[in-house]
Amino acid sequence: MKKNPLITVLLHALIWLFIAVLFLPLYLALVTASHLGSDMMQAPLPYLPGNAFVDNLTVVLTKGIPATGGEPILSMLWSSFIMAFLIAGGKVFFSLLGAFALVYFEFPMKKLAFASILLTMMLPVEVRIVPTFQIIAWFGWVNTYAGLSLPLMASATATFLFRQCFKTIPSALVDAAKIDGAGPVRFFIDILLPLAKPQMAALLIIMFVYGWNQYLWPLVITTDPSKATIVMGIGYLAGVADQIPQWHYLMMVACIALLPPSLVILVFQRWFVKGLIE
Amino acid sequence: MATVDLIGLNKSVDGHVILDHIDLRIEKGEFVAVVGPSGCGKSTLLRLIAGLDEPTGGSILINHQCMNGVPPAKRDIAMVFQHYALYPHMTVFDNMAYGLKMRGVKQSEILQRVAAVATMLHLSELLKRKPSMLSGGQRQRVAMGRAIVRAPAVFLFDEPLSNLDATLRTKMRHEIKKMHSQLKTTCLYVTHDQTEAMTMADKMVVLNNGKIEQEGRPRDIYQYPATLFVAGFIGQYPMNLIEGTIDKGAQFVNTAHGVSLPVPKGKRSLLDGEKVLVGIRPEHLYAVEKPSKRSFSVKVEFIDDLGADKLLQVVTVLNGSPLLIRVLSDKALPSYPLEVEMDLTKATLFGQQSGERLGGWNGA
Amino acid sequence: MGNYNSYKKTALLFIAPQLLVTLVFFIWPALTAVLQSFFYSDAFGLHRRFASLSNYMDLWHQREYLHALYVTILMTVSVTVLTMSLGLVLALLVGSQKRGQSIYKTMLLWPYAVAPAIAAILWRFLFHPTLGFVTAWLHWAHVDFNYLIHPMQALLVIIIAASWQQFSYNFLFYFAALQLIPTSILEAAKMDGASAWHRFSQIIWPLLTPTTFFLLTMNILYCLFDTFGIIHVLTHGGPGYSTTTLIYKVYNDGFVGMDPGSSSAQSVILMVVVSGLALLQFRYLEKKVHYQ
Repeated sequence: MKKNPLITVLLHALIWLFIAVLFLPLYLALVTASHLGSDMMQAPLPYLPGNAFVDNLTVVLTKGIPATGGEPILSMLWSSFIMAFLIAGGKVFFSLLGAFALVYFEFPMKKLAFASILLTMMLPVEVRIVPTFQIIAWFGWVNTYAGLSLPLMASATATFLFRQCFKTIPSALVDAAKIDGAGPVRFFIDILLPLAKPQMAALLIIMFVYGWNQYLWPLVITTDPSKATIVMGIGYLAGVADQIPQWHYLMMVACIALLPPSLVILVFQRWFVKGLIE
Repeated sequence: MATVDLIGLNKSVDGHVILDHIDLRIEKGEFVAVVGPSGCGKSTLLRLIAGLDEPTGGSILINHQCMNGVPPAKRDIAMVFQHYALYPHMTVFDNMAYGLKMRGVKQSEILQRVAAVATMLHLSELLKRKPSMLSGGQRQRVAMGRAIVRAPAVFLFDEPLSNLDATLRTKMRHEIKKMHSQLKTTCLYVTHDQTEAMTMADKMVVLNNGKIEQEGRPRDIYQYPATLFVAGFIGQYPMNLIEGTIDKGAQFVNTAHGVSLPVPKGKRSLLDGEKVLVGIRPEHLYAVEKPSKRSFSVKVEFIDDLGADKLLQVVTVLNGSPLLIRVLSDKALPSYPLEVEMDLTKATLFGQQSGERLGGWNGA
Repeated sequence: MGNYNSYKKTALLFIAPQLLVTLVFFIWPALTAVLQSFFYSDAFGLHRRFASLSNYMDLWHQREYLHALYVTILMTVSVTVLTMSLGLVLALLVGSQKRGQSIYKTMLLWPYAVAPAIAAILWRFLFHPTLGFVTAWLHWAHVDFNYLIHPMQALLVIIIAASWQQFSYNFLFYFAALQLIPTSILEAAKMDGASAWHRFSQIIWPLLTPTTFFLLTMNILYCLFDTFGIIHVLTHGGPGYSTTTLIYKVYNDGFVGMDPGSSSAQSVILMVVVSGLALLQFRYLEKKVHYQ
């Protein structure tokens, strides 16, 4: 039964149509970002890119959006990078250690520890937003990178992912390591970690995107503009931008803001997908 | 080289007894094979000696020093695992060097020792490869190399050849024997394959349900099995068992096949009417030309032609009980029905109830 | 079997960091929230009056709370239905074509990389009452559009932005699940003369049940929590309270309205809901494993 070529063409066309609709916001954002502010205020709106892209980019990076008394976007980008790295790194670090303890040891109150880690799956940051803020404020960590990243560093999913990964490693390796004279720490560093590299990579990538895209928590914990992250800062910039329309700058910022996670997903797509599907 | 002593060794898990009062002595440089069916406790025994598990009772001594509670790394033992347990992300060299590295041996000495062992096991060209790039036999040699390079007092083998095909297994058996004769290290070799045990061991230990059924030289165990279990487990073809009763008065064993045999000298005096079993191996039954006092008739049901031997599956004419007879292949078979006689000097008498060996006919 | 059980101290050392973070930043806040929900407090929690269950009872009489519940449910159902159906359709379409599959996958995956807040800003621009592209099209079609004034339009915009962003996740999981269906089953069905619709409804759809259940849970969680950024950027919960969801109200009452007691009570209610969801999923997984 040969496939009807007409239907195949139709199906491909449908997919492309959908993709076009999906990418429409991005395209129009890029168009806007490449025009002058004045272009965006007259009808009909431009649908093709202009030539102000580089100019807008420079202004936004170095001076921020003028109407908002600009914080240079560059510093916000830097904030986002640090936060994303800290969150991703912290999550992977803590869950590696935790999974190791859970799989290879028996210790008092192990069930309790397991249950409390499981509990974190039921407590996204949004739901504990007020009390967590109070605690961080009490530590004096408002407007610090510690305050930004620590509450987001425990991850039940990462712990269980590593736990599953460790369980697939044959237990005879532990016996061989013991006979070779390797204690638990040496075993962890020399044998376990190298074998968990693919999972670590996948998780780092996913958590980087997760960390970069955080909105509510940075919003609440950052009152100093110099510590603002780019994703969180967008809402503020947009609010002010309405008074004096500077959407071309704003769209430029939006495009910059979504660039790093998009690149990460694009380049590391296979690992990213593998990590999500587990 | 070291002695290994197991004194009253017990291991139970959740009330389930795995090893029951094991007493064993292994001399310096001896190659001891522990053989038994799955679940007999042989792997547990090995793990206890290695220090990977602790016994529930009894003690383990290596070179007369008590090893209870001593971690594996401090016992001066090395183990070759059934599935090799090579570190998958390390090269062959690093796999072999790891144990030495953990003991703080200097890099120059590590290089020297690993190179020497690699040469001995023909691994020198493979040193930079990772285990995934090796064949089963090569991986097995790396696993052995890892153990040898440590120059321990005792080698422990946990069914190392069970994952290899038949030809490779035979070859590796000889490699291991060669290595043992070169290094003269004390070896404890656990297997469920009685051929491996028979061909490799200086001393064999037959384990069943956590107890030692018999201990001794392979030849002795083969010829004078102490129990029915040992008789059935050891030997390429199963031993034939013929029912019989003791006639104390006439000093005869009346067998079910209608043959009466003289009562043998035994460990204890036999009771009148006691039920016994006469054990005779297939290669010790022969066809004879003419019927005699000691012969009985059988009907041939199947002939398994194995190339070098023929296995005859027969049934006795008298009561239809099955027997296995091994005949050299070039021997011509006389006509049907067959008259069969046994070599009494090779037969064993077992108690039917106890399964224990009561005596034999060769003065032993 | 393979373990380092004798090294209890090392074990505790390894689990301690994660437990510490979990305790300090998850369990402690959760307990604090529960505690605070039983008190009437001023903005900084300095002066407190025991209120027992009043904070909870007040919520059920509060029009805004019930409205937030309504908005949440409406939005959740809409986004879930939209993203799951589109995700499935595209997964089927892309899965059926070998050519270009990897390009399609990459492109359809992209919105997942976009933060909900960024998605919101893009759509905020497109729907801008005076400057937006989509607004211009709607005006050309004689539709009176201003989401800052019309509550239903505001909710619609939120739903569109959320669905746009969450679509990729559903597509991804459905696509992966479809790949796992053995082609031999479908080929056998084809040979038996089953129509495309039959193959889908009798074979594919039942085999996708675990994925569907999983995505249902994840979409609900997404709508309950991750949409905060979208709402905050697009409408600030307005006009009026027409786009205030339960989580937005938690934030609003806690940080803007300065009523920690009420906010905590709402947090606790949400925690219970999430726990219930997690329990349901756990139960379902266990049942599935049991029957296999």
